[in-house]
Amino acid sequence: MPGAVQVNCIEPDGQRVEVQISDGWSLMQGARAQGVQGIDAECGGACSCATCHCYVAADWLMRLPPPTEDETQMLLNVAAERRVGSRLACQIRVTAELDGLVVEFPERQA
Amino acid sequence: MSGPFVIVGAGQAGVQIAESLRQEKYDGPITLLGAEAYAPYNRPPLSKKFLLDRPELASLAIRGPEALQRRQIDLQLRTQVTAIDRRSREVVLADGRRVSYGGLALTTGARLKALPLPGVELAGVFGLRTIDDALSIGAALDHCLSAAVPLVVIGGGFIGLEIAATARKRGIEVTVLEGLGRLMSRVVAPIVSEAAARLHLAHGVRLLFDVRITALEGRLGAVSAVRTADGQLHPAGCVLVGVGVNPDDSLASAAGLECERGIIVDDCARSSDPLIVAAGDCTARRLADGSLLRLESVQNAVEQGKSAAAALLGRQRPFTAAPWFWSDQYDLKLQMVGLSQGYDEIVTRGNPEQPAFSAYYLRAGKLIAVDSLSRIADHMNARKLLDRGLTPTAAQIADEAFDLGSLLRA
Repeated sequence: MPGAVQVNCIEPDGQRVEVQISDGWSLMQGARAQGVQGIDAECGGACSCATCHCYVAADWLMRLPPPTEDETQMLLNVAAERRVGSRLACQIRVTAELDGLVVEFPERQA
Repeated sequence: MSGPFVIVGAGQAGVQIAESLRQEKYDGPITLLGAEAYAPYNRPPLSKKFLLDRPELASLAIRGPEALQRRQIDLQLRTQVTAIDRRSREVVLADGRRVSYGGLALTTGARLKALPLPGVELAGVFGLRTIDDALSIGAALDHCLSAAVPLVVIGGGFIGLEIAATARKRGIEVTVLEGLGRLMSRVVAPIVSEAAARLHLAHGVRLLFDVRITALEGRLGAVSAVRTADGQLHPAGCVLVGVGVNPDDSLASAAGLECERGIIVDDCARSSDPLIVAAGDCTARRLADGSLLRLESVQNAVEQGKSAAAALLGRQRPFTAAPWFWSDQYDLKLQMVGLSQGYDEIVTRGNPEQPAFSAYYLRAGKLIAVDSLSRIADHMNARKLLDRGLTPTAAQIADEAFDLGSLLRA
C-alpha cells in the first residue's frame, strides 16, 4: 500500500497484530477500521471520551509530538491504569516517521 | 439462546454486538444486515470534521469489511428488512429472502423527525443522519459559499448548532431559527444555553428564538427562503432541519414486541421476546422505578450493545454507567454526564463568561449531572463522581483551587 505505515498493535489479550495505516490517518482510525481489539473510540476521534487509550512503547514515545493540553486532561481519568506511555490513539497522527510504531491497548476503555 | 445470530442494523450498536459476541467466544454464524451502502461507520464526525475537511469515507469506518470478514461476521449491505416472523424465527428481506435466527438483535437506530411544513420537499432541504445526507449537505454548503447565500438551520439543538459552527468556519452566513426560548433547551440549563448563544453570536450567527415557521419557499424547485409567522422571509441557499429523531421501532412493533416510542428493553437489553434483544437509539430502557429512558448517544449504543451480546449468550451484563454526551462547536468542547432533568440547584465552577465553566446539577442535595464547557478535567472527574454516587459540597464545587479528583482518591 503506497503511503502506508506499519504499526504493531498489541491487543488486550497479548496478541500482536501488524496493521498498515495510511499516512495522515489517526492511529485510532486505522487500527480500529482494521479490527484491532481493545479500542472503543466512542466519540469517533474528537478527543472527548478517552476510550481509545493506548500505551506507546517507551522507545517510540519521544518520537511522537507531545500531547495537547486537552489530551493530557482527558488522560487524567482513563478507565485502565495510566502509565508513562499513555496516549489517546485518536490524537496520534500516523506519519512515515512512525513506521514500526509499537502500541498496546488496555483491558478496559470504559 | 443459541445461534445463528442475526443483527438488524449495521450501525454503532449492531457492529458492537457482533464484535462482542466474538469477544465472548461465540464462534457460530453472525449475520449483520445494513440498509445503507457503507460498512459500519462513525456518525459523530458527520456534523463536524466531515463537513470541514472532507476526509476519505474509509476513515469513518468503525470496522472495515475485511476486518469483519476476518472475524467471520457476515456483513450484508443495502439490505432492507421488511418484517420479523417470530413464529418461524426468521427475518424477511425486501427481496423476499428469509434469514433464520436462533437469537435476534434489533439495532435499527432512529429516524429524523419530519417537519410538517409546506415546502419541505424542495431541493436544498436536508436532515442529517447518514453519510449520504452529509455528502449532500457538504455539496449544498459549497453552493452557499460560492453563491454567497445563507444557510438556515431549523432547530437550535446539537446537530443544528454543530453544523452552524462548521458553516461559519467555512465563511458561510448562518441563520438559526429556534422554536423555543433558548438553545439546547431539552438537555442543558439556561446558563449553558446562554453561554452557547453568546458564542454563536460572537461568531456571527443570526440567532432567532421563539420562532414559528410557516413555510419553506422555493424558486424553480429549490429552497430560497424560510417564512416565519411574523411575516419575515429569511433567505436560504440551503436549509438544515435539526429537530430531533424518533426511535425506529417499526419492525419491532409490527412484530408485536412491546414498544413505546422505542423498543422496550431491560437494563440487560432484553426485549419482551426472550429470543430478541435490542440496543442503541431504537430502544427505550425500563428503569427500576418503571419509567422509560431513551438515550441517543454512542455510549448508549456501545454499552447496550455489549449487554445485548451477553444476553444473546444467556449472560447478564447490565448497563448502569452514568450516560454521557458531547458536542464540539467552534473551540468549545461541551461535555455532559448524567441526566439533569428535575434538578433543584445548580452550582458553577469556573468562568461562565469565557466560557470555561461547569454546571453541577443537584437534586435534593445529591449530584445528578454535570455539563462542562471546555473544562475537560471537570468532566472526567464528574463521570467518576456520578458512577460512585459521590456529591462534593457546594463550596468544593465553586472553589477552583479544590481538586474534585481528590474525592475519588479518598
